Amino acid sequence: MTTGVEGYMYPNEITLYWSVLIVLYPYITGLVAGAFILASLERVFRVDAVKPTYRLALLTALAFLLVAPLPLQLHLGHPERSLEMYFTPHRTSAMAMFGFVYLWYLMAVLTVEIWLDYRRDIVVMAQSSSGLKRWIYRVLTLGSNNINERALAIDERVGWLITLIGIPSAFLLHGYVGFIFGSIKANPWWSSPLMPVVFIFSAMVSGIAAVMLLYMLIMRLRREKIDMLCVDTIARYLFYIFIVDFSLEMLDLVHRIYEADESFRTLNFMVHTKLYFSQIVLQIFVGTLTPILLLALTQVLKLPEIARKRIYTVAGCLTLIGIFAMRWNVVIGGQLFSKSFLGYTTYKMALATREGLLMSIALTLLPLFILWVLVKLLPPWPEKVQAEIPATTAAN
Amino acid sequence: MSVFKDSGHLFRLAALYAVGTLTFLGIRAFFVPRSFGQYGHYRGAAIAEIAAHPVHYAGHQACETCHADVQEMKRSGMHAQVNCEACHGPLAKHADDPSIQPAKLDTAVLCVRCHAASAARPKGFPQVAAVDHSNGLPCETCHQPHNPAIGAGGAK
Repeated sequence: MTTGVEGYMYPNEITLYWSVLIVLYPYITGLVAGAFILASLERVFRVDAVKPTYRLALLTALAFLLVAPLPLQLHLGHPERSLEMYFTPHRTSAMAMFGFVYLWYLMAVLTVEIWLDYRRDIVVMAQSSSGLKRWIYRVLTLGSNNINERALAIDERVGWLITLIGIPSAFLLHGYVGFIFGSIKANPWWSSPLMPVVFIFSAMVSGIAAVMLLYMLIMRLRREKIDMLCVDTIARYLFYIFIVDFSLEMLDLVHRIYEADESFRTLNFMVHTKLYFSQIVLQIFVGTLTPILLLALTQVLKLPEIARKRIYTVAGCLTLIGIFAMRWNVVIGGQLFSKSFLGYTTYKMALATREGLLMSIALTLLPLFILWVLVKLLPPWPEKVQAEIPATTAAN
Repeated sequence: MSVFKDSGHLFRLAALYAVGTLTFLGIRAFFVPRSFGQYGHYRGAAIAEIAAHPVHYAGHQACETCHADVQEMKRSGMHAQVNCEACHGPLAKHADDPSIQPAKLDTAVLCVRCHAASAARPKGFPQVAAVDHSNGLPCETCHQPHNPAIGAGGAK
C-alpha cells in the first residue's frame, strides 16, 4: 500500500483521488474557452483576417464543451446523480454552481450563437438536402424559413450581443476552474489568487493553438489552400497571449520563491524531483519557451510560406503538450506532497480502467469525432452553402 | 410590425427555451422529495428513517451489568476510558440475548489498529513496530487487553 511513498504521508494522502481525468477536465474546458475567444476576435473585435476560422472555432468549442462533463462523471461515477446539481442546487458550493455556468455557456451562449450564425445555411439546406438530413435541418429551422435581409440583419445584431456576453462567460467558464483550485487554502501548491487568471490565459493559448492546427489540418485534408493571412494573424495573437500567459506564470513562480513560505522547501524539492520532467522540461522548456521562440521567429524574420506553416504546426503541437503538462502539474502535482511537508507520494496511472490512460485517450478523441459530425452537418465553409442556394430562397 | 415579423424565429427560440424550462421544472417537481429543505439542504424525512434503523450498539452500561469483573479490571488501567464496543464491536444483539456469543477477537490484528508505530500519533502514546515487538504473537500472550500494562494487576 505504501509503495511510492517517501518520508511521511498522512494516511489519506497516500492515494491520489484526482486522477488523469481531472487533468483532462480543465484541459478540455480551456480548449472550449480559448476557441470561443478566437471566434470573438472576428465577431466583436472585428479582426477580419481570422474570419475563415470563425465557424470552425465555434464548432470546436461546442464539440469540446459537450465532452467537458464526461471526465467528471466518469471520475465520480453515478452520472445520473449529476442532475441533482440542477434539481437541488447548493448555492454555497462552487463546484455545484459550476453546473449552471456550464449550462449557461452551452445553452445561452454557444448554441444560440451557432444557431444564429448558421440559420441562413440551415434554411437553405433544409430545402436543398434530402432524407434524414432534411428532417434534421427542418427541425433546426424551428419552423421559420425567413432569411430575408432584415431577418439576417437582426440575427447579426443579436449574434454580436451574444458573443459580447459570451466573452465574460468564457472567462467565467475557465476562470472558475482556476478559482476552484486557487481557493483550496489547505494546499499551498494551488492556493493562489493568480490561479484563475493563469488558467484563463493558458486556456486562450491552448484554444487558439488547437483551432489553428485544426484549420490547417482540415484545409490539407480538403486539399484547399490555407489562408496564410488568417493563420499568420492567429499565430500573432497566439504569440502575444502566450507572452502574457508566460509572464503571469513566471510572476507566480517569482512570488513563491521570494515569499518562500513554510511550504516552499517542499514544493521546491518536488519541482526538482518528481515534477522535474513534466514541469521544467515539458511545461516550461518544450511547451512554453520553445513555441514562444518559434512564434517570435515568424514575427521577426520574413520566412517563406512553407517554413511558417511548419513552424506554426510544430509550435501549435508543442503548445498543446505544454498546456496539458501545466494542467497535469497543477492537478497531480498538488496531490504528490504531504500537508505535513515531510513526505511525497507517487501517481501511477492505470491503463484500462474507468480513470485510466485508455479512457483519457478516448475522451480526447471523442470531441474530434463530434467535431467531424458537426462539420458534416454544419459546414463551416460558406462558399459551399452559397452554391446550394435555390433561386426561390434567394429571392425570398 | 415587420420587426416582429422578421424576428419571429427568435420568438420561436425563446418559446422553445421556455418549454424546456417548464419541462425541467415539471421533472424537478416530480423527482425532488417533498420533505427536501424542511430542515436544511437534505431530505427532511431522512431523519425519521435513520431514527427507525435498528440499534447495533448496546452501550457500556449494558455490558457492565453482567461483566462487572471486567469493569473492575479496566478501572485502574490505561483502557479505562475505552468503550467495550470500541474493540468488541457492536453487541446489542448479545446484550438482548446473551446466548448469541460475539466472535473471538484476534489481538494480533486488533491492537495494532491503535498501537502500530506511526509518526502521526502523539509521542507519549504507546506504539510498537509489531513484527519487532512480538514477532507475530498475539498481544494477549503478554498483555491483558483490559488492563494492558505489564506488571499491572490484570497483566498476565
